[in-house]
This record gives sequence, C-alpha cells and structure tokens, in this order.
Amino acid sequence: MAGETLLKVQGVETYYGNIRALAGVDVDVNKGEIVSLIGANGAGKSTLMMTICGSPQARVGQVIFDGEDITKLPTHLIARKRIAQSPEGRRIFPRMTVLENLQMGANLDNLKYFKEDVEKIFVMFPRLKERQSQRGGTLSGGEQQMLSIGRALMARPKLLLLDEPSLGLAPLIVKGIFEAIKKLNKEEGLTVFLVEQNAFAALKLSDRAYVMVNGKVTMSGSGKELLANPEVRAAYLEGGRH
Amino acid sequence: MTTQLEKNEPGLMAKAVKEGVFAGLIAFGMFLLFVGIETYQDINNQLVWRTRWGLLAIFVAIAAIGRFLTVGFIKPHLDSRKLAKAKSGVLEISDQKSFFHKHFLKIALLFLVCYPFLAMLIFGRQGSLKYVDNFGIQILIYVMLAWGLNIVVGLAGLLDLGYVAFYAVGAYSYALLSANFGFSFWLLLPLAGILAGFWGIILGFPVLRLRGDYLAIVTLAFGEIIRLVLINWTDVTRGTFGISGIAKASFFGIWSFDVGAANNFNKAWGLPSSSVYYKIFLFYVILALCLLTAYVTIRLRRMPIGRAWEALREDEIACRSLGINTVMTKLTAFATGAMFGGFAGSFFAARQGFVSPESFVFLESAVILAIVVLGGMGSLTGIAIAAVVMVGGTELLREMEFLKHVFGPDFTPELYRMLLFGLAMIIVMLFKPRGFVGSREPTAFLKERKAVSGSFTKEGHG
Repeated sequence: MAGETLLKVQGVETYYGNIRALAGVDVDVNKGEIVSLIGANGAGKSTLMMTICGSPQARVGQVIFDGEDITKLPTHLIARKRIAQSPEGRRIFPRMTVLENLQMGANLDNLKYFKEDVEKIFVMFPRLKERQSQRGGTLSGGEQQMLSIGRALMARPKLLLLDEPSLGLAPLIVKGIFEAIKKLNKEEGLTVFLVEQNAFAALKLSDRAYVMVNGKVTMSGSGKELLANPEVRAAYLEGGRH
Repeated sequence: MTTQLEKNEPGLMAKAVKEGVFAGLIAFGMFLLFVGIETYQDINNQLVWRTRWGLLAIFVAIAAIGRFLTVGFIKPHLDSRKLAKAKSGVLEISDQKSFFHKHFLKIALLFLVCYPFLAMLIFGRQGSLKYVDNFGIQILIYVMLAWGLNIVVGLAGLLDLGYVAFYAVGAYSYALLSANFGFSFWLLLPLAGILAGFWGIILGFPVLRLRGDYLAIVTLAFGEIIRLVLINWTDVTRGTFGISGIAKASFFGIWSFDVGAANNFNKAWGLPSSSVYYKIFLFYVILALCLLTAYVTIRLRRMPIGRAWEALREDEIACRSLGINTVMTKLTAFATGAMFGGFAGSFFAARQGFVSPESFVFLESAVILAIVVLGGMGSLTGIAIAAVVMVGGTELLREMEFLKHVFGPDFTPELYRMLLFGLAMIIVMLFKPRGFVGSREPTAFLKERKAVSGSFTKEGHG
C-alpha cells in the first residue's frame, strides 16, 4: 500500500521564543498511509503538527510536501497545497451554521465541488446532515469533531492532519470517528497523519506510528509492532489504564 | 397568573417599596452634585453656584418610582407570562409571522421613498424641512455609517474605535478638492470613498497582528491622529475654523441647486424657491447610498470574501488552516468599511456646506459603534432600527420644548442625549444581549431556505 513519500519532515527544530519544542524530528508519511504520532503531554506532538502547517515555522530542518519545500511558506499557502487540518480543539466557527462551516472548507475550489462533497460528508456523518442549518457552537463535542473533520475534507486534501480527534469524546463516538477515518483511507486512498493521546486506538488504526518523547522521535514502526512493544505498552497503554 | 400575584402580594409590595427607596437613595447620591447643584458665571464673571432641588427631586422620584414599578408589577408580570408560555409549551418563535413582520423590509423601503412627500403633505413646504433634513437625512447618514462600520466590526470582528476618521477623510476630501479644484460632487463622491479606502488600508497594515483590546486602542489613536492633523495643519484645512462655503451637490450636473445659477432646479421646474427641494434631493441621494451599502454588504456576505470575514471573526487560526489569507481579508474589511465611511463623509460635507474637526470627535465613533452594537452586530435591519431610535431620539429631544415648562427655561433637552444612549444600552443589553436583531441570517442553503429556529441560534457550549 505504501507508495512514494508524500510528506517528509527532516531534522525539524521548532522554538517557542528560546524554548526548543522540537529537537530534530524526522517523520515520513507515504501516500495512502495512516500514520500516527503518539506521546505524552508536552512531548511536542501538536507542535510538530503546527510546524507542518507553518505556524510556528521550523527554525532548523525542512518540511517537504509532494517534493516541494514548504518549510517557510505562510500557513494559508500551505493549506492551499491541499494539506487540510482538523486542528486541536476542533476550532469550528461557532456562530456559523454547519453548512457554512463546510462551505468554508470548500473555499479553495471556490465551491466548485461543494454540493457533491457535502453529500459525501453527510453520508459519512449523518448527524451533520440532521443539523445542517444549526449553528456550529450548538453542536455536541462529537458532532463538532465530525464537523471539523468534514470541513477539512471539503478541501479535497492530499494529506489530512488530525490533531487529537478523540479529545474529550466518549469512547463510542471516538470509535465511530476512527472508523470513518479508516473508511476514507481504504476507499479514497486518503493519506492521514494523526496525533493522538489515545495510543491504543491510534495504533490499532495506523499503518505506521511514531512515538515522541521530549521533542524527539524515540521509536517508530508499524502499528502492530508498537502495540506489541513492551516499552510502549508500559508507557502509553497500560499506564493509561490506572 | 392573578392568583400567583395575589399570593406573593404582601412580601412583594414590601420588597418593591424597599427597592424603590433604595434606588431613590442611590439616585440622590448620584445626582446630588450633577443635577442638584449648578455652577454658572455671574455678571462679574465669577463662578457661583445655585441649587436645583426641584430638578433633583424629579430625578430621584423617577428612579424610585421606576424601580418600585419594575419590582412590584412589571417583573412579576413578565415572569408569570414566561412561566405560562413555558407551561403551554409554545416555542417563542413560530413560523406564523404577521404580515407586517414578513414584509417589513418592503414596507420600510416604500415608506422611505414616500417619506419626503408625506412630510411635505403634512407639514407644508417649510415645515417639512425639519423632518426631511434633521430626521430623514441625519438618520440615514448614521445608518450608512453604522452599516459601513458593521462590515469591520460586525462581519470581520475587528473592533474599530476610530471609524470617524474615515468619515473625516471623506468629508475633507470633498471639501478640499471641490474648493481648490472645483470638481463636482458626483466626481468626488467615488474619489472620497477611494481615498478613505486607502486610509483604511493604511490603518490596516500596522494593526494586522492586533486583536481585541489592542486593536481598539490603536484605532482609537488613529481617529484622534486624523482629527489632530485636521486641527493643526492650518495651511490646508484652516484648522478649527473649518472649511465653509462647500459647493452643493448638483442634479447630476443637469440642474444646479445654487440660487443664482442659470440652470437652477427650482426655476427649471417652475417650483417656488425653497431649500426644501435640495433637501429632498439630498434625502434620495443618501437613501441611494444607504441602499448601495446594504446591497454590497449582502452580496459580499455571499461571496468568498464575505464568508472569510465572518470566519475570521470566529476563529483566525482555523481560517488560516483553511487556506484563507488573513492579511488580505483584514485589509479588505478595513478598506471596504472605510470606503463607505468616506462616501458618507463626502455626502455630509455637501449637505452641511461646512466641515470642521468638531464634527469628527471620538464621541461620533462611539455613537456609531453603539448603534452597531445595539442593533445586533452583523444585522442590517437591527442596525437601521437602532440608528432610527438613537439618532431620531436625539432629534426628538430637541423638539421637546414642553420639558422646559417642567424643568425650567434653562433646560436644554438635547444635552441629555447621552442619558438616552445609556438608557437604551442598558435596556437592550438586559433584554436582548445580542442587540435588537441578534440572530444571524445564514448564507448557505442546500435545497430550500429553512429558517433556523430561534432556540438554535443562541450560543452553545459544545
């Protein structure tokens, strides 16, 4: 399944002021893969995600997308390369309706494929269809997450970045969302790069995964390998079940 | 309902009396120095003071009785009504709207178009002057300004406290260019808009990174800078004296409204010489400008840039991650808003025939912003209603001569217009925290226009 490299993060170091949040990270995401990044709080997972999107920009190293160096591009131009992000905390537009939120995602093509894509999203997340003219802020957490992912998909992305899609959601809803991601990957060949605290669910879903500690990638391998790895189990799986 | 009231009666009345006395005491403390004591200069130029106990008593009585009535009667009545409604399970917003409600915009527009003639019919030629000019034109100028500011504040969510600067730029553009180069109103109207738009971009650049309070302070400063430049650059602007004798607008260059001109409008049409025809003409000009503003706003909201403004108001980071250039989005919002301010400014100069920095003080910005907030940010209808209430209310105060019989001959009612503003603010914020029209009209529909039920439009916390 793994094809050519779509996203290549090479020796990236990112700073917040003088504080180094990423200390030389190398991550590859191949076309058609689901890759996840797991790690504890403050390991730098979200920072890596934000660095790929150019806010903040990497001080050292390179981010290469589809053979093109995007390290120093402003965020909105990176987004126009069809890297769609469902940001941490969902960040939907609360006063705009569900449909308008989705519309914002389709802006890149000037709404050319809006109608057919909306239908697709509504098939994937029927709840959004029921609530299409309701304001985003009135949705439940799970529905907002669906909307956030739906909005990202409206841009017809080559790469979907998901930052903590399970945050604050009930396990059943998380399961539903992960199944939707899996289905997208299988049926449409969508490449997904996922940041998760919920290591168990993320590893089960992913083709490959990286483990991040203190701004560095310490381990990588296929999802199954890491699930079986005793260190990973101790640190992220069993530890989390207390 | 009545049984409930009766049941609560004894305790309620005591409470109402107590609250009323308390409100009276607070009012007494607050107004003792402001209203109860007045200073003035006597014939020897000395500052002396006298007391106005009667006036103070009226203020205190209004506060006390008002509070008493609110606590004792109005609030229980409203509560019981709310309760009854909740019990009967009727949703507050039903699909059945009254005829007036449904066709409100058409009726309002029709009324506006007929307004000058209605005024002439009822009050006669000279009598209608006041209604066309002081009420009609004055209110419409504020409607236009507030709609312009609405693009910046209501749609893009950028709090601008210096909007009057663009109004000033427009007014002075017209005044200076017409005085020095003799350009006509119809040439300078778009030019003033464009110049103001440029100033909007100039303001936009340094404040791109700012949001909220910080942005508000910088825009406030910008407004003051423009005003101070107008005062101090005396070679060009003649400082505080202002520029007078600004050319009138002409009827598209065909007829002039100058009395001495050969192609005088009144003469050409065989009308008696009266300034009311010029005012009526101006009324239609500002009405057209208002409609242009509304049309552009409504159109833009359905276009990518308008959607981007609204998204920017909601979440800047999400906007960027969706490929929206936030720099351009903010600049266009500032420029578009400023442009309409410039249009209004050049119209103001043509109507007034005189501009001075006095007209462009911070208070004007505050009033315009207050109208936007009271009307409900983003809602054109609400803002127009707010402008009618606030500006019309101010003008009405001027008319209330009978108040002089109550408060004495020195009483100047229009000095209390800020009181009116404050009162309106408090009332609206108490009962309609999102403004007169707090709901937002969605711009995206799949099949049919489905009205969003009122119960879904409140802010939620997901």
